[in-house]
Amino acid sequence: MADTKTIEPKAPALVRAWDWITETQIWTSIFRHTAPINDRNRVLVMLSNVFLHMHPVRLRKSGVRLRYTWCMGGISFFLFLVLTFTGLLLMFYYRPTLEYAYSDIVGLREHVPLGIMREMHRWGAHAMVITVWLHMFRVFMTGSYKPPREFNWNVGVIMLVLTLLLSFTGYLLPWDQLAIWAITVGSNMARATPFLGHEGPGFQLMRLGDVQLVHAADDARFALLGGTLVGEGALLRFYVLHCVALPLVIGFLMAVHFWRVRKDGGISGPL
Amino acid sequence: MDAIKGFIDLFADPRLFFTISVVALVLIVWKREAWASNSWGWGMMVFLAIFFAFGLTDENFNKIITKPDNVPIVALIFLLVFFTWYSVREGVRNDQRIAAGKEPIEKEEEDRVWTWPDLVYTELIAMVVCMVILIVWSIGLEAPIEQPANNANTPNPSKAPWYFLGLQEMLVYYDPWLAGVVLPSLIIVGLMAIPYVDKNPKGNGYYTFVERKAEIVIFLFGFIILWNSLIVLGTFLRGPNWNFFGPFEYWDVHKLEALTSVQLSDYIWVRGLGMALPENPLVRESFGILLTLVYVFVLPVALAKKGLSRYYEKLGPTRFYVTVTLFLAMLSLPVKMLLRWLFNLKYVVSIPEYFFNI
Ligand code: HEM
Repeated sequence: MADTKTIEPKAPALVRAWDWITETQIWTSIFRHTAPINDRNRVLVMLSNVFLHMHPVRLRKSGVRLRYTWCMGGISFFLFLVLTFTGLLLMFYYRPTLEYAYSDIVGLREHVPLGIMREMHRWGAHAMVITVWLHMFRVFMTGSYKPPREFNWNVGVIMLVLTLLLSFTGYLLPWDQLAIWAITVGSNMARATPFLGHEGPGFQLMRLGDVQLVHAADDARFALLGGTLVGEGALLRFYVLHCVALPLVIGFLMAVHFWRVRKDGGISGPL
Repeated sequence: MDAIKGFIDLFADPRLFFTISVVALVLIVWKREAWASNSWGWGMMVFLAIFFAFGLTDENFNKIITKPDNVPIVALIFLLVFFTWYSVREGVRNDQRIAAGKEPIEKEEEDRVWTWPDLVYTELIAMVVCMVILIVWSIGLEAPIEQPANNANTPNPSKAPWYFLGLQEMLVYYDPWLAGVVLPSLIIVGLMAIPYVDKNPKGNGYYTFVERKAEIVIFLFGFIILWNSLIVLGTFLRGPNWNFFGPFEYWDVHKLEALTSVQLSDYIWVRGLGMALPENPLVRESFGILLTLVYVFVLPVALAKKGLSRYYEKLGPTRFYVTVTLFLAMLSLPVKMLLRWLFNLKYVVSIPEYFFNI
C-alpha cells in the first residue's frame, strides 16, 4: 500500500480567524501572553495589565464572595467611574454662570434626544452615597477596621465625607429652586460655626481692638459661598469644587485606599 | 381604608416613630436568632413592598415617594432593612458555629482562589448589573428641574439634600452650631476613632455578634437609628414649617402645632423657686451650665468608677474617656429628644445674647 496521509480536520473558520488575530504583531504587542487559561497566565495577566494589577493574583475564597463584601466597595468605585464619565459629558453643555446654568440644563433636556446623561449622573450620585454607606456598614460588621486596617478605615471615612461633599456641591449646579434652597439650608449652618460664623457662639470674641473680624460678609459661610447668599460666587465655587478639586482629591485617596487594601493583607478574614 | 391610613399616620409621629425604631432595634438584637430566619428577612421585604405599593395608591403618600429625589430613599429603606437582616444573620450563623466548637464560615473559605476568573468575572457581572439598573432607572425617571432659582421665593418646606436631612432634623432639638457644626464634626471624629478605641481583638474579618456585642449595638444605634431613620423621618414625614405630617396626610401649610417650649432656667427660677429670672445670663443659666459640665466632665469619671469600670480597666484611661465622651455626645441627641417630648424643654442653657444655646 502506498503511504496514505491523514488529513487533519480544519479548525472552524472563527477559530482560525481568532488564532490569526492573536498571532499578529499588533495583538501580541498589546497582550504579552495568551489567554489566562492556565495558572502561569493567570499570574501573568494580573502582573502585566495595569487595570488588573490592583488585584492580587490569588485571594482568599471568602474575599470574592458577595456574602462577605457585598461588592459594595467595588460598586462605589464603579459608580465613581460612571460619574466621572457622565460628568465630563455634561461639562460640554453646562456653563456655571447665573445667565446660563439653568437654561443649559433645560436645554440639555430639550435638545438632546433620548439623552439620559443627566439622569445617569444624578441617580448615579444618589446611588453612590448609598453604596458607600453600605460599604462602611459591611466593613464594620465584619470587623475589618481592626488592626492592621485602622488607617484604611480612616481613608474611607474621609472619602465618605468627600462623597457627600461632591453630592452637595453638585446639587447646586442646575440652579433651580430645589438647588439653591437645599444649598441655602445646608450652608446656613455655617453661620453658626463657633467663633467663625457671624451667628455662632463666641464670634464677638473675634476682634482686634475695635474691629469686629467676624460679620456677615466675613465668616465661615461667606468663605463657603463667596457671598452673603447663594449667588454667583457660590455657583462658581461649587462648580470648581465639584468638577475639579473634590474629584481629584477623592481619586487620589482611592488610589491610597486600594493600595492599602493590598498592603494590609488583602480582604480581611479570620486570622 | 381611611382607618388604616389614620392608624399608620398615628405611628409616624416623630415620638412614636423614633421609639418604635429603637424598640425594633432592641428586639432585633435581643431576639436575633429568630430575626436571622429567612422568613423574617424575606417577610420584611414583602411587607415593605406591600406597604409602599399600598402607599402609591394614596394621593398624598404617592406625592412623597414618587418625588424624583426621594426615590433613592425608598431604595435605601429596602437596602438597609435587607443588609441589617443579612449581616445579623451571618453573625448569628457564625456564632452558632463557634458555640458548637467549629470555625466561622470565613475560616473554612480560607483557601486561595485565582483572581482570574473568580474575582474578575464577579466584578464584570456586578458592573453589568449595575449599569443595567442605572440605565433603566435613568430612562424611567427623569431628573428633576424646578423653577429657576429665586432668592426671594422661599419654598416651604426648604429641605437640605436628603443625605443631610438627619442633621436638619437635629435642628428641631439643637441649635445650628451644635446640629450643623459641632455634632457633625463629632460624627466624623467618632467614626475615625473607632479602630483606635476598639481594643477587642475578636471578630476581625468575620461576621459575629456575640464576640462584639457592645460595638455592634452602638454602631447600629448610631447608623440605623440616629442617622438613617432620622433621614427617613426628615424626608417623608416633615412638611411645611417642618411640621410633622403622617405619610397619608395632606401637607397643609396652615397646620398649626402647639409649641410650648420652656427653658430650663424658666423651670428653675420661675416655676421652681418662684422668682423672676436674674438679669445676669451667667447666673440665670448657672443650673444649665452646671448640668452640662456634669454631663460632659463628671459623668465620664463617674462611669469609670462605677457602671463601666469593667471597660475602664479594659481600655485604659485615654481610650475610655475618648469613647465615653463620644458616646455621650451621641446619646445627647436622644436625651434632648426625650426632654423635649416629656417636659417641652427647649434649651438647657439659653444665652441667646451670645448665640449660645444648648
Ligand atoms: C468612596 C468610596 C469608597 C470606595 C470606592 C471604596 C472601595 C473599596 C474597595 C473596592 C474595597 C475592597 C473590598 C470591598 O469591596 O469591600 C474596600 C475595602 C475597604 N474599605 Fe473602602 N471604599 C470606599 C469608602 C470606604 C469607607 C467610607 C470606609 C469606612 C469608613 C472604607 C473602609 C474600607 C476598609 C477598612 C476596607 C478593607 C476591608 C477588608 O479588608 O475587608 N471604605 N474599599
